[in-house]
Amino acid sequence: MVKLVAKAPCEGLLPFSYGTVSLSEVTYDSLTSVAPFVGKSKAVADVFKAAGTPMPAVGRATGKDGQRAIWFGRGQVLLAGLTIEGLEGLAAATDQSDAWAVVRLEGENADAILARLIPLDLDKGVFKRGHTARTQVQHMMASITRTGVQTFEIIVMRSMARTLVHELEVVMKAVAARH
Amino acid sequence: MRVKDKGLINRAVPLRFTFDGRHYEGFQGDTLASALLANDVRLVGRSFKYHRPRGILTAGSEEPNALMTITDRAEPNVRATVQELYQGLSAKSQNNWPSLARDALSVNDLMAPFLSAGFYYKTFMWPRAFWERVYEPLIRRAAGLGALDKTHNPDLYEKAYAFCDVLIIGAGPAGLMAALTAGRAGARVILADEDSLMGGRLNSETYQIGDHTGQDWAAAAVSELTAMDNVRLMPRTTVTGAYDQGTYGALERVAHHIAKPADDLPLECFWRIVAKRAILCAGSLERPIAFPMNDRPGIMTASAVRSYLNRYGVAPGKSIAIYGNNDNAHQTAHDLAAAGVKVAAVIDSRADAQVQGDFPVYTGAEVINTTGRLGLEEILVRHNGENLMVNADCLAMSGGWNPTVHLTCHMNGRPVWREGILAFVPADDAIPGLSVAGAARGIFSTRGCLQDGAKVALQVLDDLGIKARADVPEAEETPYQISPLWAVQGKGRAWLDFQNDVTVKDVKQAAAENFRSVEHMKRYTTQGMATDQGKNSNVGALAVLADVTGRAIPETGTTTFRPPFSPVSIAALGAGAQGKGFAPERFTTSHLPSIQRAAPMIEAGLWYRPSYFPMPGEQTWRESCDREVNMVRTKVGICDVSTLGKIDIQGPGAAEFLDFVYTNTFSTLKVGRVRYGLMLREDGYVMDDGTTARLGDHHYVMTTTTAAAGQVMRHLEFVHQCLKPKLNVRFISVTEQWAQFAVAGPRARDVLNALLDDPIDNDSFPFMACGQVKVAGTPGRLFRISFSGEHAYEVAVPARYGESLFRLLCAQAEAMGGGPYGMEALNVLRTEKGFVTHSEIHGRTTAFDIGAERMVSAKKDCIGKTMAARPGLIDDHREQLVGLKPAGAVKQLIAGGHLFAPGAEAVRVNSQGYVTSVGYSPTLDCYLGLGFLKNGRARHGERVKMVDHLKGVETLCEVCDPVFFDPEGGRLRG
Amino acid sequence: MRITCPICGERDRREFYYQGAAVALDRPAPDAGPQAWDDYVHLRDNPAGRTCDLWFHEMGCGAWIVVERDTVTHEVYSTELAEKAAR
Repeated sequence: MVKLVAKAPCEGLLPFSYGTVSLSEVTYDSLTSVAPFVGKSKAVADVFKAAGTPMPAVGRATGKDGQRAIWFGRGQVLLAGLTIEGLEGLAAATDQSDAWAVVRLEGENADAILARLIPLDLDKGVFKRGHTARTQVQHMMASITRTGVQTFEIIVMRSMARTLVHELEVVMKAVAARH
Repeated sequence: MRVKDKGLINRAVPLRFTFDGRHYEGFQGDTLASALLANDVRLVGRSFKYHRPRGILTAGSEEPNALMTITDRAEPNVRATVQELYQGLSAKSQNNWPSLARDALSVNDLMAPFLSAGFYYKTFMWPRAFWERVYEPLIRRAAGLGALDKTHNPDLYEKAYAFCDVLIIGAGPAGLMAALTAGRAGARVILADEDSLMGGRLNSETYQIGDHTGQDWAAAAVSELTAMDNVRLMPRTTVTGAYDQGTYGALERVAHHIAKPADDLPLECFWRIVAKRAILCAGSLERPIAFPMNDRPGIMTASAVRSYLNRYGVAPGKSIAIYGNNDNAHQTAHDLAAAGVKVAAVIDSRADAQVQGDFPVYTGAEVINTTGRLGLEEILVRHNGENLMVNADCLAMSGGWNPTVHLTCHMNGRPVWREGILAFVPADDAIPGLSVAGAARGIFSTRGCLQDGAKVALQVLDDLGIKARADVPEAEETPYQISPLWAVQGKGRAWLDFQNDVTVKDVKQAAAENFRSVEHMKRYTTQGMATDQGKNSNVGALAVLADVTGRAIPETGTTTFRPPFSPVSIAALGAGAQGKGFAPERFTTSHLPSIQRAAPMIEAGLWYRPSYFPMPGEQTWRESCDREVNMVRTKVGICDVSTLGKIDIQGPGAAEFLDFVYTNTFSTLKVGRVRYGLMLREDGYVMDDGTTARLGDHHYVMTTTTAAAGQVMRHLEFVHQCLKPKLNVRFISVTEQWAQFAVAGPRARDVLNALLDDPIDNDSFPFMACGQVKVAGTPGRLFRISFSGEHAYEVAVPARYGESLFRLLCAQAEAMGGGPYGMEALNVLRTEKGFVTHSEIHGRTTAFDIGAERMVSAKKDCIGKTMAARPGLIDDHREQLVGLKPAGAVKQLIAGGHLFAPGAEAVRVNSQGYVTSVGYSPTLDCYLGLGFLKNGRARHGERVKMVDHLKGVETLCEVCDPVFFDPEGGRLRG
Repeated sequence: MRITCPICGERDRREFYYQGAAVALDRPAPDAGPQAWDDYVHLRDNPAGRTCDLWFHEMGCGAWIVVERDTVTHEVYSTELAEKAAR
């Protein structure tokens, strides 16, 4: 019997580093979008809490490396590497495990690199660890989360993985050339 | 020539450079302009219109004359006054032929009486026939400054965003003091200055601040600011524009000053800075004086002379005269004398001026003429009714100072005239969130600037809720007294705009010809339209205009300053968008196997899709396409359809929601079934179409066309949030989650059954069924739908398995005589079946036009229903979808061709419709077309003629039903 | 230009898609008559001054937003979620 072979969004493209900054692919076991139905936000938050994962507030991500709940837009949370049971009838849960490419940008000057692609104030005093935003990377819809002092996780549509890696590489080189 | 022991240049680092092929030497810290002056090069360019010999006028970004091409970078129109010198720099003068000293077009200067203001408008009017053949080529050859190297620009340009509490624009005494005050208080500060060295005029003057020279104080301030984490210093960065909500554009010159920049270093970076508050400390610019023959090389502003002397250690002449109408000009004489440079004379227009010094002084005097062929030699001075000659190779002129108000005008602010300083100052609150401090608002003393910088910073910090205190050092309170002096009477032309050759006479002529408004005068004379955008000439020109029209200056008004403050290259504005940065590329999971099969890719929106899959021996795309069509009709074909939009819709209100956005009904659709749906815009025209499957009672998955996926998602969100916010429905795009492939053709089921864990048959999976399946062990989805008219399916698996499934499907299909097919074949297949795409639903067609009016349910409301029922949208005179087949000798159909009655002349008024899609059908062995024809549904069987005037093709066609092949649809259900 | 998304906060204009007048929120009943529908679909004021329009935070959270702003000064007076304004 034949088996289908899985391929990661950034396979063959990553990792690499320039200067002080490295870029690598992040693989979560699963990605699930959760959108509470009308009037069910509280009930969904209770299920989250009971499962040990606080429901993230707007612009926040909870959890740890490999297991996060990321605020993902209006009325939406992305469970990354986490599954939460008991949401039937309370929220629309949709499998997004293959829909997104996730990369990690890490190292000194990571913020300088992102300042060349993202029209958002990512200063460490403003956009702190655990903060997340839906915004754009160049022309791509994106989610960005600060997961460490100089570490960011960036999520774009899977089909744009190659463009994301290209754009990051161009600015990583340019920033490395400045420092 | 160099002056000993002066300047901030590093004499330990000599730098070699060339200008017009000759070798020179300068020092680190020089600009190209200061290095040329140090080498006694005075003639540096030719003016635009008269090709007059010109020299360096200023020491800053406002320079109108010294524009050069940096040949080692192939960069034209570089101002020598801002170009930092580097080892090996090579510059070339512009606007001359065959050489700078002997310029053939300087004959224009002799023609000056005929080339006065408005000559463009008067001269090139007649005879009319001359315009294209004579005038335009002539003007094109003479026009333009510099020349572009027409090769690809290899330089890297960058864009970046920055955010701060306080943006301080300009790092002179006011800006440094404001930055120190805000920085010490802990605010997030950006201090931007166009110069490489921060300090502004402090670096060009001999002022004292406290116990330090101004230069040392500035250096100390910069090092204190550099040490602060909360302060970002941006030298070589010009804030070029002020925009809405505290956004500022700024151009950083990153590598223009580096001899051999690193490979990945950008040349320039265009910053978008968002500031809670901003302080404009842009200083002021000195005005020239319009006296006769004031344009000779060697005549420059007095402040430029001091800059070259004090900052660069260069005396721009051996014998320097000074001419002014204000006390500030006298400083030039004192600085020169102290440095041991000969001061030929101080000429002050004011009779009561007090000047002390060991040099000739003429008060109440005027310069009425100058001589010197390629550079200044003598000055004619009128003093006490007598004319006297002064020998000088440099004249430092000062007509007073103009505050640099430009940024405050970028949002329609109009500067205000202040009589005491004879200058415009910024209007209050001209830009929301922007305050002005120092010389930029007419405070001209060092002491005043330092105090004002601190004071304004304190106000701004207070507004931001940041506690601060100011610690302002002592400095001199230099007086500034000025009397009007705009234009000096005398024989000869007096220049106002040096680059565009606009003289006092031109402005007077404009007024005489009734171009009295300052905006009209500007356009008639071209004053202020050069690269300096009137920085040197605006106030002078409008003072002349005011005088000649008998109005006061405030009454005359000013023209508007718009962004950018100084020129910005298009490459910098478009930074990040070159090459692949222009738009994201979206790749399907089958991209790699497709290009491995040598399929040429075409763009479909941002996606890349295969056109066709060439086989050995096939010479043209048509051969491949015909084979692929036949393959699908007789065997089986595989096509990646993942690019179609897929939207997951869940919730108790999902059915009601779909009934509202689609013209037809989805609440009645059974679970496990798929239905074709049509979506209208609210104006009644078709927006999109596609199939929607019901996966559960409260769960649907909608497909959209590739082109409209984003638009449909936005539309669904609009309908939900804006029109039906109470509906309990949620949706999210799953386009990227699923890799989806069409398997089409008589053997489609055989291909699938080879891969499905549980085989299907016609009973378990009839036409328009859908369900969960396992594909080689992986959970997937199967839809029995067809865009080819064949027995067909679309099978979806999570995208990670897409490439693998595509390879397996192709292998299975090939084993049965089939294989992959591309967009060309897909288009022929759907044209044979009369299926529409966005070629037909192009935004101007209705459900009625495409023959789908019965899909608009009478039982419910939906988006677009009311407007679609308008009488004009449902009458028989509308152009309706028809099929077209060649019926005469010519067999070609062309999309875009228009349709006419066979006997009618093929002109616009006779057009009865047009062709939208064509393809050669190997199935029917002829071209087939879809198009729109007036009352077309009633005209099947008639003949019309298709005419494409562009390609010169005329084809007689038979009008027929748009479904050419298998109209009963038997093959779909097979 | 910057727009304050009621959910995400102040953002650069490039994250938003511009739709048009907020008139679009007041959809007439199907039988409201041709005049009401013509007004709704086609007729728009073109004020020099205060105006209300709809923007979509397309690159951000996906919220439709009513923006009250000034066409002359470009001042943004207020922003509100369309789902709240629509109620």
